[in-house]
Amino acid sequence: MHITGTQLNYFFVCKRKLWLFANHIQCEQESDLVLQGKIMHENSYSYEKKEYEFEGIKVDWLDLNNKVIHEVKKSDKVEEAHLWQLKYYLYYFRKNNIGEFTGEINYPKLRKKEQVMLTDDDVVYIEKIIDEIEVVKNLPFAPKVEKPMKICKKCSYNDLCWV
Amino acid sequence: MKRMYYIFTPGKLKRKENTVFYVPFKNVEPQDDENLQNEVLLSVDSDMAESLPTNKIVLPVQDIDSFYIMTEASFNTKFLDFCSANKIPIHFFNYYGFYSGTYYPKEYLLSGSLLVNQVKHYSSISKRLEIARKFIEGAAFNLSKNLKYYNTRNKDLQAQIDTMEGLAMDIPSATSIEQLMGIEGNIRKVYYTGFEEILGKEFELISRKYNPPSNPLNALISFSNMMVYTTVLSEIYRTQLNPTISFLHEPGDRRFSLALDIAEIFKPLFADRLIFKMINNRQIQTKDFESRLNGYYLKDTARKAFVQEYDEKLKTTIKHRKLQKEISYRRIIRLECYKLIKHLIGDTEYEPFKIWW
Repeated sequence: MHITGTQLNYFFVCKRKLWLFANHIQCEQESDLVLQGKIMHENSYSYEKKEYEFEGIKVDWLDLNNKVIHEVKKSDKVEEAHLWQLKYYLYYFRKNNIGEFTGEINYPKLRKKEQVMLTDDDVVYIEKIIDEIEVVKNLPFAPKVEKPMKICKKCSYNDLCWV
Repeated sequence: MKRMYYIFTPGKLKRKENTVFYVPFKNVEPQDDENLQNEVLLSVDSDMAESLPTNKIVLPVQDIDSFYIMTEASFNTKFLDFCSANKIPIHFFNYYGFYSGTYYPKEYLLSGSLLVNQVKHYSSISKRLEIARKFIEGAAFNLSKNLKYYNTRNKDLQAQIDTMEGLAMDIPSATSIEQLMGIEGNIRKVYYTGFEEILGKEFELISRKYNPPSNPLNALISFSNMMVYTTVLSEIYRTQLNPTISFLHEPGDRRFSLALDIAEIFKPLFADRLIFKMINNRQIQTKDFESRLNGYYLKDTARKAFVQEYDEKLKTTIKHRKLQKEISYRRIIRLECYKLIKHLIGDTEYEPFKIWW
């Protein structure tokens, strides 16, 4: 089974979220926050955006001329997860001979962008993470989180986890 | 927060680009049967209906949770397709206020592993009993909670409460679904004897009868129970739970039996409490019912009044102790689904909702 970009992202955010997501237990997203994200996603940079889908990988916006993968994010919180998600795309492109790309994270609300490169150390690290993700996904039960974390508040799984 | 839309005036629902238009056939008096008949005929020919002088009502699609069609309405497959795309279930009630069915759009939240677990919990009798017991436990608790509420308000219901709590003691030791159903039936029988004390002589229940309802109160109970059932079904639709695999009720071929299971827990709060309130406030009276073909039916106006109160009730918010935030009563149903999911995937043992206020 392929590791999706979202799964890699969740690996950094919360292992429980990763397990639930990988087992297709998703929470119906109804909050205004989610709607806001969806609308932003649909409307930002729409003039230059092109979505590409590979096996399990959905790239928001691919600049084929300059060989840049763009990732659009609402806030710069959970930065590590965003960063590795994008690096994973770069890794994926390299592994599957799609090409050597560089990355750029765009924060339209903050009017900010950030360049991302894939180093040899990154490749080693990503391969280690891929193994670990497989382990989490195949656990018989969802990993437990002892008590609500700060990020739980804005997570779509909050009600499911803590009710 | 998305809303439930209740259609009480005959009309046409149609898709107009990315919005729903509701076009009343004409300003028909709902009571006027003859007029209504003509309108119904008109609805067959949509062009004619459209040529009538009408006001259209625009319903933003992002805002629609589900539809309740309580009257004659017409629409086409384009509209149904639009509802599917936007994940909007449609519940239908007939002229007499009987539930006739649900347009349950294509499932969109599927989890193979959850489905496997749901089936496993059904096919293992011990696992199935464990969940069924919890449903009855929650229902029994909420039923006696209702009587306790009135017991502290100048009604004498102590005898019923004691008997019900006595009967509920047998729930943990029940060894078959039939036995559990029996306990539940007995608890309800005692519970219904409390109705006369709460509602006075005007609304005698005598016994709970369904098809057709043998007196006004039975008609009201049936209608309100179907409202709860459909609300629960809409919430199940928004989860990965399969609505046909149930634990207390036998998985039915013709109904979404998991919705029946979960509705047991919520009927005391959403249906019965409203009935008590509306009858005691004289918002619903015996004149609001009509008798036809040896059964009783709730008149259109009273049905509308009930639905209005029901909708208000679902929107009421309360502080959830565990989540430490305000949630709507309706949300409690979704949370119940989540708790069940967690039980099924072996995460956290399911504990039924018990009225905590």
